Amino acid sequence: MEVAFLIEKLVLVTVLFTLTLTIAAYSTWAERKVAAWLQDRVGPNRAGIFGLLQPLADGGKMFFKEEIIPSGANKWLFIAGPSLALLTSFLGVAVIPFGQDVELFGRIVPMQIADINVGILYIFGVVSLGVYGIMIGGWASNNKYSLMGAIRGASQNISYEIAMGLSIIALLLVTNSLSFKVIAEQQHGLNWNIIYQPLGFLIFLVCAFAETNRVPFDLPECETELIGGYNTEYSAFKMGAYMFAEYINMFVSSAVMATLYFGGYNYPGMDFVNETLGATWGPLVGVAVLFFKIIAFIFFFMWVRWTVPRFRYDQLMDLGWKVLIPLAIANIVITAIVITVVDKL
Amino acid sequence: MSLFYLVAFLSILFSLLVIFVKNPVYSVLALIATFFTFTIHYILLNAQFLAVVNFIVYMGAIMVLFLFVLMLMNLNKDTEPVKSNLLKIIGVVAGGSLLVTLIGAINAIQTSEVSKLPNSDIGLVENLGKVLFSEFLLPFELTSILLFTALVGAVLLAKKDKRTQNG
Repeated sequence: MEVAFLIEKLVLVTVLFTLTLTIAAYSTWAERKVAAWLQDRVGPNRAGIFGLLQPLADGGKMFFKEEIIPSGANKWLFIAGPSLALLTSFLGVAVIPFGQDVELFGRIVPMQIADINVGILYIFGVVSLGVYGIMIGGWASNNKYSLMGAIRGASQNISYEIAMGLSIIALLLVTNSLSFKVIAEQQHGLNWNIIYQPLGFLIFLVCAFAETNRVPFDLPECETELIGGYNTEYSAFKMGAYMFAEYINMFVSSAVMATLYFGGYNYPGMDFVNETLGATWGPLVGVAVLFFKIIAFIFFFMWVRWTVPRFRYDQLMDLGWKVLIPLAIANIVITAIVITVVDKL
Repeated sequence: MSLFYLVAFLSILFSLLVIFVKNPVYSVLALIATFFTFTIHYILLNAQFLAVVNFIVYMGAIMVLFLFVLMLMNLNKDTEPVKSNLLKIIGVVAGGSLLVTLIGAINAIQTSEVSKLPNSDIGLVENLGKVLFSEFLLPFELTSILLFTALVGAVLLAKKDKRTQNG
């Protein structure tokens, strides 16, 4: 029993780790393809069919490039920065339920690494840790542009965390639970939380863009002002680690948004499918549906990147503090009033 | 139990590093590690909510602000203000008297019996919420007023600064 449990979790962790890495790697390819498509170009098409081997070529290039640590840099923290960024980006995957329990070899296997009863807060904590990689790396580079990028990253993250937390509170009023598993189960069929929390989702979405440092909020690495921002001094795989961390963050936040607001692995007609396909393949269809949703969100991230221009720094702060936070508070009040009235009726 | 001793050792090690490390940024990083070990302590005590809140608030927000301020001022070993001998002596005396007070306080506590929680699941979100909003409602609300006052005070201070600059 104990051994089987360990093996089960080990396999799940390995599979999810590999999947996350693969999706992150292919996000770099997809980003260039989407950009090319939106700009009426062809995009990468030299390595393999449709350029599908491009991520491998890029990865190989990263490995063989020369590692440079600037002479004025703080050597240990310079290495710790990208490592921390990569580490914290992976942590979020642990609490996301990727599907209903699957029956495999006579055992019921939950498709979630850890069901902790404060899952949402855990994700929130991991997100708030993400900024350390940027800050430490930017500071250790001993470069004024890197430092500016690091400081921008920190203030941006802290500002948008507040609005994000407030939008989650409104969601919690609806779900009554902090556990991802329970929240996913509640959205059975088409009973998705987006129906109850459209405004909350919008706020969460904007904050997710800011927390992952994606355009239009990529001010920490804003090329036109800061050369490369916090990663100006980085080369070879340390640069790659930062880039990878960004794509993994994108994957995790897409998964969180899909699970919290868009039903996770639920889809209309899932009961019928589960009955026809049985206890093994039915839930796996749900897993495929969740991944479809995640990929749709990743596509949305890319679509926005190549459509919306970057915000100015003061506009970013105004949007965060003067628009999103009051809106999120109003959302909480309205949600609370509606729930109370509905309960009384 | 052995896990507790390992984590306790790490907490003490990191909190000593906070004091003894010269570079202020290293100091803050050691403090972050200290808070992380506290989070593990809370989890060992089955206080999940407290653990994750400590994680978010202290590690995720307050320490980011600490680091932020340090980076903004770009404190290095060279720019660190040199403390005079008088300041050092005052520091030693103040720290020593605090230590004496703490030892006295710990001695005064009866340690013969191990205190037990009536409900070991009190640290879970649901139970904690129920207790906070029924038994301890008044202290809870008073705390929120206190925090709100601090918030308003901070805004007021920031505003005052601006007015003197303009006028």
